[in-house]
Amino acid sequence: MKKTHFELIILGSGPAGLTAGLYAARARLDHLLIEKGAAGGQVLLTDWVDNYPGFPDGLSGFELAEKMEAHARRFGLNTLTANVVSMDLSQTPKRLTTEDGEQLSCNALIICTGARPQLLGIPGEVEFTGRGVSYCATCDAPFYRNMHVAVVGGGNTAVQEASHLTKFASRVTLIHRRDALRATKIVQERAFANDKIDFIWNSHITAIEGEKGVERIHIKDNSGKETSLAVDGVFILIGVIPNSEMLPLQLLKAEHGGFIPTDNETRTAIAGVMAAGDIRSKEVRQIVNAAGEGATAVLAAEHYLNNSTL
Amino acid sequence: MASDKVQAINDANFKTTISASVPCLVDFWAPWCGPCKAIGPVIEDLAEEYKGKVTILKMNVDDNPATPGQFGIRAIPTLILFKNGEIVDQITGAVGKKQLVDLISKAL
Repeated sequence: MKKTHFELIILGSGPAGLTAGLYAARARLDHLLIEKGAAGGQVLLTDWVDNYPGFPDGLSGFELAEKMEAHARRFGLNTLTANVVSMDLSQTPKRLTTEDGEQLSCNALIICTGARPQLLGIPGEVEFTGRGVSYCATCDAPFYRNMHVAVVGGGNTAVQEASHLTKFASRVTLIHRRDALRATKIVQERAFANDKIDFIWNSHITAIEGEKGVERIHIKDNSGKETSLAVDGVFILIGVIPNSEMLPLQLLKAEHGGFIPTDNETRTAIAGVMAAGDIRSKEVRQIVNAAGEGATAVLAAEHYLNNSTL
Repeated sequence: MASDKVQAINDANFKTTISASVPCLVDFWAPWCGPCKAIGPVIEDLAEEYKGKVTILKMNVDDNPATPGQFGIRAIPTLILFKNGEIVDQITGAVGKKQLVDLISKAL
C-alpha cells in the first residue's frame, strides 16, 4: 500500500520549501515535500538573482532553483507532485486532500505555498493576458524585440525587470503611482542610467486597449489628468497575493488578504503548523529570507515532534 | 517542455499535425521560461492520461517563430486547444492541472 502518513509534510517547492526539504532530509525526518509543478516557485519568474549570498557573480533564477532542488535531493528529499486543495488542521494527524481526491496526513506541517503576481483589475487586463499583458518579464521579454512596452510598478521586481526588458524592447516606459521608486538603490541606479527607460510618475493605468493584441494604455495622474500611450505590451509587476486558497484561514488567523502570521520560530496559531517564505505575513520578501525561514521551520517542526505527545 | 513524453512539433509540420481528427493541445514554450518548466510535469501527466483521445504537443517558440506569430502569442506558456484544425480555446500562464483538464474537456 502507498504510504500516506508522514511525520512532516512540506507544502510548496519554492526556496522556503526546498530549504525545509534539505533540512528535513538531512535530519532524517520521515517527510514528504508536495510540489505543484517543477521546483522553484517565483524564483523561476526571476531573470537574474544578484543578491543570494555565495554566488558572487549572480545566477539566473532558473539555475538557483535547480541548484536548490539538487541540493535537497542529494540528501534524499521525498517529493510528490500534487495540487492540495483543502486540509483539516483542527486535529492531529493533520489531513490534506489533493485535487485528485488523494488523502495524506502528517503530525507536523510546514506551509510554503508562496505568492503569485497581483493583477491590476482594470479593463482589458484579463482579455489581453498572453496577447500583450504579461506578469513575467523573464518569460516574455523576447517577444518584444524592438517594440515599446510599459512596466507598471515601482518595487524591485518592476524596476529590475524594466532593465531586463531593454535587452529586447527599444523603449520601456515605467509607470509608478508615487514620485519615487521603492526598489533597492543599486537597482534604481541601473534603471536611471539606462537611456531606453523613461518614467511616468504619480500615475496609474486605467485601461488596456487594442484589437488583436495590446495597442495602447490609458493613464491617469494623481491630479486626475488622463492621457493615452501607444505600447505593444504591458508588464504588470505591482506585488504579490498569497497562495492561500487551500488553507484554513480562520484557524491560522490569516491577515492582509491571506498571509499567515507566525512567531519568530515560524510557528503559526496552530500547534505543529509552521509557515515559511512569501506566504508568511511579513515586510521583506527576499529569496534569502525564504530559505532561512524554511530552515527555521524544520527546526521548529522537529522540536514539536520531539516534545508533543501525539 | 523538453521531455520525450510529449511530441515536439515545428513550423513545418504544425498545420498537418493539428489538422488531425483527434483534438490537439499545443504547449508553446521556451527553454528560458520558468513557468513553462513549472507546468512541464503536468503536461506530461496529461499526455499520458489523454493518450488516444487528445494529442498533447509542444512547440519551442525560440526555434519556431512563425506559428506563435501567426497566433499572436506574446507570452508563454500559452496552451492552445485545436479541433479539426480550428482553435477551440486557449490559456496562458502556469495554470493548474484542473484548469487544463477543463480546457481539454471543451474539445471532447
